[in-house]
Amino acid sequence: MEQSITCINCPVGCRMTVVLSDTGGFESVSGNTCPRGAAYARQECTLPERMVTAVIPVSGSAIPLSVKTSKPVPKDMIPAVMGELSRVCISVPVSLGQVIIPDILHTGSDIVATRSLK
Amino acid sequence: MTERNVDILIVGAGPAGLAAAIAAHEEHVGSVLVIEREKEPGGILRQCIHNGFGLHRFKEELTGPEYAQKDIDRIHELGIPVECSTTVLSVSRDKSVTCVSSENGLQLIHAKAVILAMGCRERPRGALCTPGTRCAGIFSAGTAQRFVNLEGFMPGRRVVILGSGDIGLIMARRMTLQGAKVLACVEIMPYSSGLNRNIVQCLQDYNIPLYLSHTVTDIRGRERLEGITVSRVDDHRKPVPGTEMDFDCDTLLLSCGLIPENELTKGAGIDISAVTSGAVVDDMLQTSIPGIFACGNVLHVHDLVDHVSDESFRAGRAAADYIRTGFVSPEYISVLDGSGVRGTVPQKIRIPADNPVTLSFRPADVFRGSSVVVECGGKELLRKKALIFTPGEMVHIVLQPGLLHDLPSDSIIVRLERN
Amino acid sequence: MSYQADILVIGAGITGCAVARELSRYNASVTVLEGAYDIAEGATKANSGIVHAGYDARPGTKKALYNIRGAAMYESLCASLHVPYRRNGALVIALNDNDIPAVEALKSRGLENGVENLEILDHDAVLSLEPNISPEVRCALHIPGSAVISPYETAFALADHAAVNGVSFRFDETVLSAEHLPDGCFSVKTNHDTYTCRVLVNCAGASGADIHNQLSEQKLTMIHRRGQYYLLDRETVPAFSHTIFQCPSPMGKGVLVSPTVHGNLLLGPTAEDITDPSDTATTAAGLDEVIRKAAMTWPRLSVRSNITNFSGIRAHLTTDDFVIGPCEDCPGLFEAIGIESPGLSSAPAVGQDLAEMIARYLNLAFRDPFLDCPEKPRPFNEMTDAEKAEAISSDPSYGNIICRCEVVTEAEIRAAVHRPVGARSVDGVKRRTRAGMGRCQGGFCMPRVAEIISAETGLPLDKVTKNGGNSYILAGTVDSFLKEETVHD
Repeated sequence: MEQSITCINCPVGCRMTVVLSDTGGFESVSGNTCPRGAAYARQECTLPERMVTAVIPVSGSAIPLSVKTSKPVPKDMIPAVMGELSRVCISVPVSLGQVIIPDILHTGSDIVATRSLK
Repeated sequence: MTERNVDILIVGAGPAGLAAAIAAHEEHVGSVLVIEREKEPGGILRQCIHNGFGLHRFKEELTGPEYAQKDIDRIHELGIPVECSTTVLSVSRDKSVTCVSSENGLQLIHAKAVILAMGCRERPRGALCTPGTRCAGIFSAGTAQRFVNLEGFMPGRRVVILGSGDIGLIMARRMTLQGAKVLACVEIMPYSSGLNRNIVQCLQDYNIPLYLSHTVTDIRGRERLEGITVSRVDDHRKPVPGTEMDFDCDTLLLSCGLIPENELTKGAGIDISAVTSGAVVDDMLQTSIPGIFACGNVLHVHDLVDHVSDESFRAGRAAADYIRTGFVSPEYISVLDGSGVRGTVPQKIRIPADNPVTLSFRPADVFRGSSVVVECGGKELLRKKALIFTPGEMVHIVLQPGLLHDLPSDSIIVRLERN
Repeated sequence: MSYQADILVIGAGITGCAVARELSRYNASVTVLEGAYDIAEGATKANSGIVHAGYDARPGTKKALYNIRGAAMYESLCASLHVPYRRNGALVIALNDNDIPAVEALKSRGLENGVENLEILDHDAVLSLEPNISPEVRCALHIPGSAVISPYETAFALADHAAVNGVSFRFDETVLSAEHLPDGCFSVKTNHDTYTCRVLVNCAGASGADIHNQLSEQKLTMIHRRGQYYLLDRETVPAFSHTIFQCPSPMGKGVLVSPTVHGNLLLGPTAEDITDPSDTATTAAGLDEVIRKAAMTWPRLSVRSNITNFSGIRAHLTTDDFVIGPCEDCPGLFEAIGIESPGLSSAPAVGQDLAEMIARYLNLAFRDPFLDCPEKPRPFNEMTDAEKAEAISSDPSYGNIICRCEVVTEAEIRAAVHRPVGARSVDGVKRRTRAGMGRCQGGFCMPRVAEIISAETGLPLDKVTKNGGNSYILAGTVDSFLKEETVHD
């Protein structure tokens, strides 16, 4: 079966057509104007993944803590990642780069602070 | 009231001011001081907690606070003073800056050079003339972003976003991730001015519908917002009767354009461009007042902070150069917007040109398979092809000084031409 | 629960505040009941801010008499209250030949009412005064005595002065019914309480006829007439310095173009009869009408610099005049009803008269001492550099600029919360200090203003409102939203 997706690597935004097998596996792509587009199409149809950034409350600080995943996580795990973040309890001080949750939900990605809080 | 002197004074410690300060300091011509109205440096990046910053400059994708911290760390390393919680009230023609803070009272600072880096503000509802009630629950997207990311409060539960520029798209995702329900993003133009990646990652990922060629035509709610009406618009951007859709929402976020914040600039009597709403500058980023420079969003609204930093490094070096060599009244050639081009900066170039000149502009429309052409008196100086030019992406081209020698006329035109 | 006061005033708009302030000169317990969250939440905050000279009202009407008297009082009133007043003058312009007799008729009417220094200017004279007026102008009536004020700032100052002299203001008190008791007292039932009083003063604005009709057999009919406006940004060179009126014509009332006392430009109002007196929405049709009509005065009109739109509801009686004074068939009821234009201009005189009538009726002695109103801090933006430096050293929070567009400091905002009738909401701070009234419309300062209100009143930040009731700014904390079930489905 065929699926249409837009590449997000650069502003051209090539409209690509992806051919998937009966089981939904990636078979081929057309419409891309560079190899990065093909790679994106493959990833997006096999296992779409995203970086997640969020703010979470921190005990002892009026300002919330901004965090990010250290690498992209599967897109369909985003709600579960936010669920884990809603349950985390941390307090000041926090330093930029500090690991808040290691290997969140066994994704291989850590949750990392993107700022310091005193 | 205290009076003091500095060599280079920079207004604003956002990414523009910080980069300008670093570059100016590294020229070692004198003292540098940065004045910032917030409690901490970093500017708007402090609240831009999403990633996507620094891909060009640092070859990695950072979040806003991480990008800002790199410059803040460098500022501390170099020992450049940054006075926070200090608001500049006026900048005068003779480069005297009046500012106030709780800690230091009223200060009058005499500078040899001033770099304006005040950034921009958001267009409010009044500028849209949207009819309806004046209820609570209407925010500009940046104000809502500040509440969520810096203050820890959610502005509302059921959200509609007016404007599909990047700030609106980012807030669609932010509100959704943090637990609100975003019902729609509404855009008056037939295209989004935001990046494709944001359309995918902020709207499509969360099944948030994007209504192009639509706008908000009514706002309801006596005390807090209760609902809005969205209508399609015609080619003249006028609402089409009979196309109304009602949304039951308690929050409306407005992402309808950024306006450079040039009150201080106007107060100094500096010439402002009606197209960019920023100062008219030459290729050294010097305004119509010798020794006063402008860079970053206060000069023209950028889309990538990496380019803000580049531009601001140039402004810092230019200010240092001005102090070193003094002001020599130059001859200029004008830079004009040709067809398909809006808001080219700088608006004039010194001749004879010794250094490469960076020209920045926004395409007036979406151009596929086109070229940017720079010409002078009918003679083509430069032609550069690209697969796409879009209003959402500022274009930067560099003119080598050789191109600017022996020109047939005193103005050059920048335009876009379809191949 | 029952509450006793000598005098109950219904309504804390400009009229109610003027009456309350005059009544506070006497020894009597006075309570003002206001349905909204703050002073001046009705028509008082949504009008043209003009103190009319008095040429427009029909001679012999209460409108004419009170306008003339009130207008004469305003300059010294504003000076004593430390609120702004500017006598910028007005022009009623004739834009076609048919308008000329109308302009001349207004001059005669003005003379009959006792307005001074009226003159008719010819085309050239008009354009030399106001070059931006349409070149179609034939002539204009020049009214040098016309002025502009800030109606809500004036109301706040009157209320503060009344409050320091014992007047009690109670908000969120909507009068549901009023009854004249056999002993001559009144019983007034609100959504929260029942109040009894010896004298009842009806300054209830849009509800004035309703209240009256519950107590009197001489029924009044009120029509609620909405007016929509544009408010444009300040410019370095203002487009107009005079208030410019159009002549009424068979097409309807014209709209005005007027500077405000703070240097903005006002366009409007429309005049639409509406059924719901609380419907202060603006409409596409109404706003279009304002632009169309204003463009006749100002052909180069652009609303690019518009910073907000708003509308107000006029309390228009079908008898087309004010009702001021004691109610004939209800002794003890004193009224100011139908206070549409020139209501603002008339308020000081209405307040004076009603208070005197009530004082005679109750045989009241003067209050001694009658206290001066505690002075507000001088706006930081109006200080010299030396004064600014001095202010910051005596109170460092003057160095913390909260509203960048209007240059309003933390000190002034805190002071606004702590006035005798102080601000408790974002709009309350806005109207007392101008924080949030500038070109960014609170985009920058609103979070900071809300924080100060929270800190000074003890309200948690997510309970701070725009203007009371359900107008909360925020819906909850990031923490509470994260922990709600809906996030992770």
